[in-house]
Amino acid sequence: MEPTAKSSDRMIVNMGPSHPVTHGTLHIVLELEGEIIVKATPNIGYLHRGVEKLGENLTYQQFIPLTDRLNYCSSLMNNVGYTVAVEKLLGIQDPPRSQVLRVLCSELARIGDHLVCIGINAVDIGAFTAFLYLFRERETIYDLFEMMAGQRLHSSFTRIGGLFRDIPPEFEPLCEQFLESCPRTVDEMESLLTHNPIWADRTKGVGAITPDNAINWGYTGPCLRAAGVPQDLRKAQPYLGYESYEFDIPVGTTGDIYDRYLVRTEEIRQSLRIVRQCLDRLRQIGPGPVIIEDYKIALPPKEKVYTRMESLIHHFKLIMHGIEMPVGEVYSATEAANGELGFYLVSHGAKSPYRIHVRPPCYPIFSSFEEQVRGRIIADAVSVLGGMNVIAGELDR
Amino acid sequence: MVIERIEAQLPGAILEHHAFRGDETIIVAGTRFLDVVDLIFGEGYQLLLDVTAVDLEAPDYRFEVVYHWLNLASQARLRIKVPVAEGAAQPSLVSRFKSADWAEREVFDLFGIPFEGHPNLTRLLMWEDFPGHPLRKDFPLDGGDLFCSQDIGASFAPEARSLNA
Repeated sequence: MEPTAKSSDRMIVNMGPSHPVTHGTLHIVLELEGEIIVKATPNIGYLHRGVEKLGENLTYQQFIPLTDRLNYCSSLMNNVGYTVAVEKLLGIQDPPRSQVLRVLCSELARIGDHLVCIGINAVDIGAFTAFLYLFRERETIYDLFEMMAGQRLHSSFTRIGGLFRDIPPEFEPLCEQFLESCPRTVDEMESLLTHNPIWADRTKGVGAITPDNAINWGYTGPCLRAAGVPQDLRKAQPYLGYESYEFDIPVGTTGDIYDRYLVRTEEIRQSLRIVRQCLDRLRQIGPGPVIIEDYKIALPPKEKVYTRMESLIHHFKLIMHGIEMPVGEVYSATEAANGELGFYLVSHGAKSPYRIHVRPPCYPIFSSFEEQVRGRIIADAVSVLGGMNVIAGELDR
Repeated sequence: MVIERIEAQLPGAILEHHAFRGDETIIVAGTRFLDVVDLIFGEGYQLLLDVTAVDLEAPDYRFEVVYHWLNLASQARLRIKVPVAEGAAQPSLVSRFKSADWAEREVFDLFGIPFEGHPNLTRLLMWEDFPGHPLRKDFPLDGGDLFCSQDIGASFAPEARSLNA
């Protein structure tokens, strides 16, 4: 819709920096003509912590807790993405059991992230009930994370070369229980939303985008797949042995919020399939190391440090001087819940990276916000913001 | 593959290329950059994932602007690096890639590298009158204690004003 009135008649509305629908601190300045948005200016940086600058002054291992705080809805996946990048730089691979556990926790985190995204999107639009059903499942996921990593939100579960520890025996029964209950909850959610006329009114056609335009904007993840591009790094460029798991890539047609919702819903089901395969595989593999036994990269076990001279030296060297890194640069990407999460590492051989850059998936997606809402009503801005799943922590870094 | 085709069609455009851990990297001279981008766009590298920079503190070319492309058809990745001297401008890609918009603003904000032809080159993550560019290597980690002392950090201020003007 073309603006008709003089620009002086426009009303300026601030959405954020602390507005219930922004879920994090971001600021959008909307210029309105009546109810129609003529201009939307996102104003980001409120959560900028200078992660990349800090990373240049920390060792590779010390950066892991900072990755938790990127996308705090699925911190485990950021841990995995970062350690995979450092392992690519080192040219090493973690043990098989650790790979399965990484896939397992990534998929649980993906389910959690999608549940939050759909639940919050529904709440913003006014469907409060679905959110309550979904958050019951998310609670179980966080209980599982607590068993794994000892922390619910800021997990810091991975280490360079493997994992911080193995899962406890209580993990499996609870995970089995989760695999039982989660599909039912997703069905319940679908019965509340998928054929709900209000939900369809608020999401169908809103935020529609063509595949070419989505690629041009740098879309990745569910938002790109909803537009009809079957790009998923787990299939296209498999890492952590994803090629050996059976799962499908759901694809939408119009790229609107409704399609993004359907894609995310189906991805939850597919991730549940992967979790099932992971549990079976863990049983097959049996107990084993979850971190590589190269003490120049991973810390030796504490018993050895206390009893053996060599291990004590390794421990001291690793803590004081860090890992001996090769000189070079790598870009490593993993499929996070929102899309391609990339880490660009430049090493000059020192204990801390010369440059570390995070490519957050929601950053390019959110940059298209103005194009997505221009000419539409304010209520659509709320649906679009929810459908993009903007996480301010990874947007601002 | 794509490197050979670039070399055949634009001889001399590639200053150097290498592959480390399977990452193809080419270093392109700033003057030939847009020609190379046109060529690789036609080759299918249409998803510009990321634009960033590295402050090398080198005497002649201080910065390297780093681009990451993905070819969705072949799933090949390509990294292009362009050496940029301090104060020199880098041609903007916004007219071809919309994803370059915010990415270039971020590089301008954090490194102070201007992008020629960018429609709205303003700060993005830092606030408008922030002094200096935090990801430059000579910017202190603690930000020069801007809020505790009035004169520390001021050395960065004139430069920031000239770039924001």
